[in-house]
Amino acid sequence: MDIILQPWPWYVAGPLIALVMFLLFYFGKKFGVSSNLETICSIGGAGKIIDFFKFDWKQNSWNLMFMVGAVIGGFIAYQWMTPSEVVAINPKTAQELADLGFQNAGATFLPPELFSVDNIFTLKGFAILLISGILVGFGARYAGGCTSGHGIVGLSNLELPSLVSVIGFFIGGIVMTWFILPMLF
Amino acid sequence: MKNVKFLLIGVLFGIVLSKGEIISWYRIYEMFRFQSFHMFGVIGSAVAIGVVIFYFFRKGALKTYLGQKIFIEPKKKGLQRNIYGGIIFGLGWGLVGACPGPMFILLGRGVLSIIVVIIGGLIGAMLYHAFKSKLPH
Repeated sequence: MDIILQPWPWYVAGPLIALVMFLLFYFGKKFGVSSNLETICSIGGAGKIIDFFKFDWKQNSWNLMFMVGAVIGGFIAYQWMTPSEVVAINPKTAQELADLGFQNAGATFLPPELFSVDNIFTLKGFAILLISGILVGFGARYAGGCTSGHGIVGLSNLELPSLVSVIGFFIGGIVMTWFILPMLF
Repeated sequence: MKNVKFLLIGVLFGIVLSKGEIISWYRIYEMFRFQSFHMFGVIGSAVAIGVVIFYFFRKGALKTYLGQKIFIEPKKKGLQRNIYGGIIFGLGWGLVGACPGPMFILLGRGVLSIIVVIIGGLIGAMLYHAFKSKLPH
């Protein structure tokens, strides 16, 4: 029981992600989360303004179920499987973040400086959440996949477009965390 | 009801990404700062096993539950979309520390502010399709 309640190391989490991918292919589907964003837009009536979203979303209902399952899995893990939210990050990272103004880095999964409910009601806090969401959604669909579709499936299939996408993910992430984030905080 | 199995696979996915701390903003920040092996280990081991699984898919040694050959749809051609789209995605991922899967998993934890991020994600997907004819692919 203790093993389940402890944080899972990479060599447990990584192979289990491969298992998730295998199960989806085994049941005749694929592994790609960001296409759900398009499906939700389609359900929400985006087809009225943009023709692309007129597709029959029901063909993707299996992926929506997968997504709903992920929400439930997040709830289960939070409610019953995580007695401590402490993330054992590198002390150097914690110090760096403290210098930027992020207090108690690693004490919980998410920094309250970005994710507290109060933060939603400040202009800066709201703008950061919304704009980063837009970048993720736009970039994922432009690149044709996110961490799951390109990072895991595409690389496993040794595809050049996926390798290029993952290199792009890292260029963007490095520019953000090394240069832009320190200007924002 | 045949979709219930996908719900269950999703539950497994949500638990694994939670327990593996992949949904933690700090883990993503650490990854992009190259200050921890954790995320590289997660992605690296998943891909290493994935390469082997896909080899058996191609060989036909692993089939679907109905006994059909597993075909992996190749990614769309055109590398400009991958690099530009990838960089835009990475900027957002580096800032909010959550890619599309974790966004929904965090919702299950009751993180209300992630709703703003998800709405942003939907707007982003719509903006792409509204302007894709003007973008290099």
